[in-house]
Amino acid sequence: MDGLKPRIADAMHRQSQPTVTVLSTLLAVQDELGFIPKQGIEEVAAFTSSTINEVWAVASFYPNFRFEPPCLHQVEVCWGASCHLVGAMPLIEAALQASGLETEGDTSDGRLTLRYNTCLGACSQAPVMAIDHHLIGRATPESAKARIAELLAEQNG
Amino acid sequence: MASFEEIAAESQQRWEELTAGGQPWIRVGTALCGKAAGCDAVIASIEAALEQNGVAAQLSQVGCLGLCFAEPLVDVQLPGGPRVFYGNVTPDMAAEIVSNHVAGGSPLAHLALGYLAAGGPDEEVDSTLAGIPDLNQHPMRVLENRVALRNAGTIDPGDIHQYIAYGGYHALNRALTEMTPEEVLEDVKTSGLRGRGGAAFPTGVKWGFLAGSNAPQKYILCNCEEGDPGAFNDKAILESDPQTLVEGIILAGYATGTSHAYIFIRHGHDGPIDRARAAVVQAQEMGFLGENILGSDFSFHLEVALTGDSYVAGEESALMEAIEGKRAMPRYRPPFPAAVGLFGKPSNINNVKTLAYVPEIIAKGGEWFAGIGHDKSTGTVIICLTGDLKYTGMIEVPLGINLKDVLYQAAGGVPDGKALKFVQTGGPLGGVLGADNIDIVLDFDILRTAGAILGSGGVIAADEDNCVVDLTRALIAFCQYESCGKCFPCRMGMSHLLEVLERICRLEGVPEDLDLMRKVGQDMQAGSLCGHGQLGFNPVASALRYFGQEFETHILNRRCPTEVCSAPRFSPVSSRR
Repeated sequence: MDGLKPRIADAMHRQSQPTVTVLSTLLAVQDELGFIPKQGIEEVAAFTSSTINEVWAVASFYPNFRFEPPCLHQVEVCWGASCHLVGAMPLIEAALQASGLETEGDTSDGRLTLRYNTCLGACSQAPVMAIDHHLIGRATPESAKARIAELLAEQNG
Repeated sequence: MASFEEIAAESQQRWEELTAGGQPWIRVGTALCGKAAGCDAVIASIEAALEQNGVAAQLSQVGCLGLCFAEPLVDVQLPGGPRVFYGNVTPDMAAEIVSNHVAGGSPLAHLALGYLAAGGPDEEVDSTLAGIPDLNQHPMRVLENRVALRNAGTIDPGDIHQYIAYGGYHALNRALTEMTPEEVLEDVKTSGLRGRGGAAFPTGVKWGFLAGSNAPQKYILCNCEEGDPGAFNDKAILESDPQTLVEGIILAGYATGTSHAYIFIRHGHDGPIDRARAAVVQAQEMGFLGENILGSDFSFHLEVALTGDSYVAGEESALMEAIEGKRAMPRYRPPFPAAVGLFGKPSNINNVKTLAYVPEIIAKGGEWFAGIGHDKSTGTVIICLTGDLKYTGMIEVPLGINLKDVLYQAAGGVPDGKALKFVQTGGPLGGVLGADNIDIVLDFDILRTAGAILGSGGVIAADEDNCVVDLTRALIAFCQYESCGKCFPCRMGMSHLLEVLERICRLEGVPEDLDLMRKVGQDMQAGSLCGHGQLGFNPVASALRYFGQEFETHILNRRCPTEVCSAPRFSPVSSRR
């Protein structure tokens, strides 16, 4: 974990906006590493002159923070009302089935994280999913299964 | 620092070079709708085809024209000619468009969606456009009157000079050189502008609270949290024309004697965040932000702040907590933000759309804006049309228009010959309207009296195959997941409502369930600090009002009339708190 220390420090210091807070610093660390390691909570506390309690309170509140290293690929499926009405549920079922998961989470081989998202923001293209932050509109269960199968089968990816 | 006249002249010169400089101009929609439809692959194909054909052309990534159903949307403008639009462009089509239209000069009539004449709708166009319709006659555009969206999809959101060439920052220059802050405030009051975030409170009055405070440090906060599923107009403004928002915020600062402002966006919406940040930097470079703006004694600073995933962060006091870097949980009021807001200082919070109207109001006068709209609902409204509609997208129409016309004319009604069953408006805390109840004028006061909510402008349509109980369950699942947990009537009430609705959807409901939900709803309304808990029963209440029968069929006859509830259903039970 020692290798993370300079990256954490760099991410915390690189924030360009004038208002630096516990939340902005946590977001900067997560953007850099893809997760907040335990050490990161301590570093953020020291950097923002806060207690570990205060930092953990914020980190545990927002569901976009994760505390384990991320999988290779992130798959998000939207379940907002626009997507719900035009087929989000079959899409989620297909994504679960293709990734072998029972609910949102990480596959055991560390290749793929599946997350439910409350709104990906492209409602006019519903139903929407995203792979590694690239939006895919008018997604179908078939296309979702195929894309996830590709991600799981990739060699050395 | 250059004078405004020098800046405007440079912008004008650049614009003329761009539009009449001998190179074709290709614009591609790259807002979230364009991204989801695959614009990146289309852009790559255009770039490759330009190189292959050996043609030089300007290629710009613009925002959202509103015709989201047609994304990826590409338009080609030959020097001095009209814009010709191509909808649902694939990479192969893009290559064909480049070789025939961009390189060969012949528009592809069989692929084109429509044209927009360079000199406006009355201009005669030449015979190469034979067979291509005027895009202004498209159903999505005929009812429109674009004020906040006037530049959306037309100018490059990353180029402040294009905004200035289209009349941008003239209002700020006029305000700083010819108007006192009081006169700017008076113009906004005259316009009758009301908050577009949902509450419809008069903006001029709200600004007056802040202007009346002589505290040395005050804040203008612009809310682009926009977590409502079905609403994307705030993000679309940031992606399509961020400078109109920046100019509106600076004018708000001038009118209220405020020196600092924040634009607040949800982390993860990269397109809107990147474009907002770039817009702030460009405005600083031009001298529209910073010390002594345009040589005046007015100084103003604007910064982009991000929140983590939290719907409640869009609530005004929770938003201030999040900017301060804490959990996005609402505060007790009073004191109200105008007295004690961000960092304990007087603050004013407006929605993106509200502020985006301000430059045009100052440029054309409050009376001009007040002349658009209906009664005390002045101006226009931006509506996001999603769900089971022929044309999904975003339109800006004058208030006073009938919702029925928006759904059946502009959006083309429900596709595949199916019937409209209900619409969901106002986001997850809004309500459900039956198809018989959509003959209603879009006017804040009329809608409020009718118990309907326009909210942030999301209108989600559902055809006859959809189950209203199932949608209500999905809305409450959202509200339950997003409850911040501070007030127990909301935290536990949402969970309780969801439990009951899931039972009803499993066809295991009992007759007492409907009254039980009403009781829980009353407690949530009475015992919650913010709108999330206070309004959280709205979807259930409106669904029961218009579709009580359908709930009873689920409970008494153990049957879902649409059979939606017989398929396996999912609620992401919150592991959050």
